[in-house]
Amino acid sequence: MLYQQIARNKRRTVYVMIGFVLLVLLIGAAVGYVFFDSYVAGVLMAVVIGGIYMALMISQSTSVVMGMNHAHEITSADQAPELWHVVEDMALVANVPMPKVYIIDDPSPNAFATGNNPEHAAVAATTGILDKLNREELEGVMGHEMTHVRNYDIRLQTIALALAAVISMLVNIGMHSFWWGGGRRNNDREGGGYIQIILMVLSLVVVVLAPIAASLAQMALSRNREYLADAGAVELTRNPRGLISALEKISNAEPMKEADPSSAALYISNPIKKKSMANLFSTHPPMEERIKRLEQM
Amino acid sequence: MVTIIVVIVVIIALIAIYAGIYNGLVSARVQTQESWSQIDVQLKRRNDLIPNLVETVKGYGKYESSTLEKVVELRNQMTQVPAGDHQQAMEVSDQLTSSLKSIFALAENYPDLKASAQYSELMEELSNTENKIAYSRQLFNSTAANLNTKIQSFPTNIVAGIHHFAQVEYLKVPEEEKENVKVSF
Repeated sequence: MLYQQIARNKRRTVYVMIGFVLLVLLIGAAVGYVFFDSYVAGVLMAVVIGGIYMALMISQSTSVVMGMNHAHEITSADQAPELWHVVEDMALVANVPMPKVYIIDDPSPNAFATGNNPEHAAVAATTGILDKLNREELEGVMGHEMTHVRNYDIRLQTIALALAAVISMLVNIGMHSFWWGGGRRNNDREGGGYIQIILMVLSLVVVVLAPIAASLAQMALSRNREYLADAGAVELTRNPRGLISALEKISNAEPMKEADPSSAALYISNPIKKKSMANLFSTHPPMEERIKRLEQM
Repeated sequence: MVTIIVVIVVIIALIAIYAGIYNGLVSARVQTQESWSQIDVQLKRRNDLIPNLVETVKGYGKYESSTLEKVVELRNQMTQVPAGDHQQAMEVSDQLTSSLKSIFALAENYPDLKASAQYSELMEELSNTENKIAYSRQLFNSTAANLNTKIQSFPTNIVAGIHHFAQVEYLKVPEEEKENVKVSF
């Protein structure tokens, strides 16, 4: 079950990547067509920006994500003995190498994991989670994060995050050059006619909808992972109570200040918390549902 | 001609499958040995910490001396356990865990002891070690389960039989005991 799940995740990462790359190219073409009057320019722009950004993200994902969330690394057990030892325990029982450990100075309790693979993984915890949770609860949370690491969820999320960022960057570049009057097409070209209008409308639709589609895909991916990681945490700690009471404490707390919105999907509980948002748009399953599933274990 | 090629291909395929199965068994066995050595490291670490604990606690009240003697005795017993005897090591380890707990419980009576930095550092170290023993036991059992499943299931059981792969005995971790092993403050 577990190994199949890991294999499925790796496979799904490939699908997501192919899908996203196609999406990026399509958006590049649309942006190019609408704003620069050339498909080729748009596609080239998408390839260059996307390529550079992806390379950067894959080699630097941990430091980029940690930087976006204002996290600083701790390098020895003395700096936060309890956190360090709990992470060590969870890595031990999950049979993955010890990840890097980061702390975010934020009173709201939350945590996340990121990285490219279990050998280059990192976990971050807020100072709030260290203050408010006891050891058992912290074990539940870190067990959850370590499951993300072991299942390669972190790689899937990193890539999805990078590609979503590339898409919004492309659309922004197009918009800016449009508003600042650069490279605007003149409409009195010969030939054209209906086909051109249709293509124009289609391209605009792609430009408008693509970022939404990208984030929807990212969110759907993330929601499913959360249930699996909760189950994995129980498998590691053999103690559903710890995670349940941790989730209760986390869901009753105030939202985070330091969290970066685009990495919201990484956190164990949505750090931004907009209540009563449509299910389709949430990165996390409802807390009551997660707790209910844990109680049934 | 064609039949010869087919026969050769089949033989090569069979050898490859056999080698794959054999290597899988070997790596499963190595994993159980590795996870046992994780436990061993933690047992040794705890044995190293105990003299410090005894030194720190010794000054406080004489009625604890019997508890301390018990701990020291168990610690020595731990070093006598033969290397291969996992069950006996775990038995002594569990007794040691419970007598360490009674030392911690007695320490509740001495506020200045509890307040000392040295003592609280030792507490974190020891509880960390206790948790790691519990978790590495769990890891050992899951690697053992992995190996045992391989040895029992078809067609790996044939290769395992030929090369005398033996099943590994699980370490007993009863639910309530797991609860005790976890020292949290």
